[in-house]
Amino acid sequence: MPQLADLLRNGKAVDAHRPWPRVIVTADIWRNVAQQLADGRATLLGEWGDNLPVRAASMAIMGEDTREIAVVTIDCPGGAFPSVGAFHPPAIRLERAIFSLYGLEPTNLPDTRPWLDLGFWDVRYPLGARSAAPAGPTAYAFLPVEGESLHQIPVGPVHAGIIEPGHFRFTAGGETVARLEQRLGYVHKGIESLMAGASIERAAQLAARTSGDSTVAYGIAFAHAVEAALKISTPPRAQYLRALMAELERLANHLGDIGAICNDASFALMHAHCGILRERVLRAADTAFGHRLMMDRTVPGGVTLDLEAAGAASIRDGVQEIRRRFPRLIELYDNTASLQDRTVATGIVTTDLARQFGAGGYIGRASGRNFDARKVPGYAPYDQLDFSVPIFTAGDVDARIWVRIREVEQSLGLIEQILERLPKGAIRAPIAVGKGEGLGIAEGFRGDILCWVRLDGMRVERCHLRDPSWFQWPLLEAAIEGNIVADFPLCNKSFNCSYSGHDL
Amino acid sequence: MRRTLFESLTRRPMTERPPAPDEAALAELAASVDRAARRRLGRSLSIRAVDAGSCNGCELEIHALNNAFYDLERFGLRFVASPRHADVLMVTGPVTKNMREALERTYHATPDPKWVVAIGDCAVDGGLFSGSYAVVGGVNKVVPVDLHIRGCPPSPVQLLAGLLTLLK
Repeated sequence: MPQLADLLRNGKAVDAHRPWPRVIVTADIWRNVAQQLADGRATLLGEWGDNLPVRAASMAIMGEDTREIAVVTIDCPGGAFPSVGAFHPPAIRLERAIFSLYGLEPTNLPDTRPWLDLGFWDVRYPLGARSAAPAGPTAYAFLPVEGESLHQIPVGPVHAGIIEPGHFRFTAGGETVARLEQRLGYVHKGIESLMAGASIERAAQLAARTSGDSTVAYGIAFAHAVEAALKISTPPRAQYLRALMAELERLANHLGDIGAICNDASFALMHAHCGILRERVLRAADTAFGHRLMMDRTVPGGVTLDLEAAGAASIRDGVQEIRRRFPRLIELYDNTASLQDRTVATGIVTTDLARQFGAGGYIGRASGRNFDARKVPGYAPYDQLDFSVPIFTAGDVDARIWVRIREVEQSLGLIEQILERLPKGAIRAPIAVGKGEGLGIAEGFRGDILCWVRLDGMRVERCHLRDPSWFQWPLLEAAIEGNIVADFPLCNKSFNCSYSGHDL
Repeated sequence: MRRTLFESLTRRPMTERPPAPDEAALAELAASVDRAARRRLGRSLSIRAVDAGSCNGCELEIHALNNAFYDLERFGLRFVASPRHADVLMVTGPVTKNMREALERTYHATPDPKWVVAIGDCAVDGGLFSGSYAVVGGVNKVVPVDLHIRGCPPSPVQLLAGLLTLLK
């Protein structure tokens, strides 16, 4: 089996793609790369369609040993390309979406049902050769389940809580789940089509609203991609301020999640106390950056707002309060047997599955996958800061809570270091007008967010955003199998996948 | 656990004074909802939240209404799990084409008299997402809206100020 790097040397490198190479390859090499993904020699980071200058499909991959990143493209003027999903199941939903959005056909794709397109749009293939859609929603066949005394429970798209919409089809035997199948796409807003032709400024706002809970991380991923494409060097102070906002975002989301997971096991006390700490973080963010979720503060070139003394003081106060109160909440979680009874050994994701799907964030790290984009490929200022990436191996709800608990502690340390070492200087570099392609990656609270852009002047020609949830939603289907229906909210909350980020 | 519970008994409540009802929202509501319906409903309201296409930012702030600082339930406002139990539909997002039917069905499942509150800038006219092939637009393109609470996302205080007009 040839090495990945050798394979890619045979392709045609694209000049203006940064910081990692993009190569245009033949169908043979494309299939060969797909086989390497299947063999576990590389991880799939994303796959998307394109129609300029010719119709094409691309995938971003990362070598398993070398951890080197590359984008591999196959031109498909005929409208078809060899399916990666035929070799490597994590690509199946991505390729179903490529077909639904672009009309590009992945040959031999094992599952050809539409994805994201639920039959309500006026157009077919909205990002490809648009044509009028057939009238009325099309029938959608859920996967068959065979066995005695099975029943189905359809849930959603409108769910019982204050959460995003999606459809879950459970097939259960008594209380035990035999199969869960998800059907997503309800909050598809057509972000990629709105991005095409948008100014960089408007595109940054769209990126920041791809998944509201990760608005800072999306802003950073988009900024990384644009800055790479246009060879902009971001001022160090801006990098530190971005990291400060990213860690506040991680802190707020993890605190919210720890409480909410316990709440789904009917342990409201934890929810109430975590809710107070979460609110403290959001208020500190509001004081420091003028917006509770810190939306639109990160832009290509830097950040829009500097940190003043009052903001820094309010963040310090928040950190101190969490340092004072959080240990007792950890103890409360650890010592409440009735709660542990619900979370331990519930909803297990195996290490193999987490590795195969390249699951990021707390889902991968609770199942032994040691990956954090802040470390590898890494980006400033994290290379100058001291922190560790907590890894657990049990893969259950409990492990996903513990990863969050340990990450809260790490984020507190990071925030203190950032405030201490914040460099002086400019917070925003001017954006040059230019052409180019860039790939950006940023570690959100949920995992690694990938952003690929092609720029033409001050406009975005094409932008693809890949939420971490693409490789996490399928694992939820696996995790719930054999568990009882009543444990689904608990498992689902411990995943906390994004609907909006996935549906785009 | 005992220590944490006892401490809550002796510590002053976290809950803060409510904001004054939003004047603009009061005016909009007075124009759209007749007095009789307001008298019937305006003491305690059950709210059903529907995300019709939001980025999830609005949901985060709606959630915050339940935390100890804002404690929405002290006003007799509470979130319920079914539209059949609701007086108020709280709708977020630009309505996506994929969610239009679900929103309509949720609206029809809510018994009369009912109010619809649209939350966030996107819910007004589709916001940043208007013009997309996948987006219908504002909430009032699909169901009649009685009250808009703007913001991206509106803060919990803005949400409270808007919601309290329902009780005036």
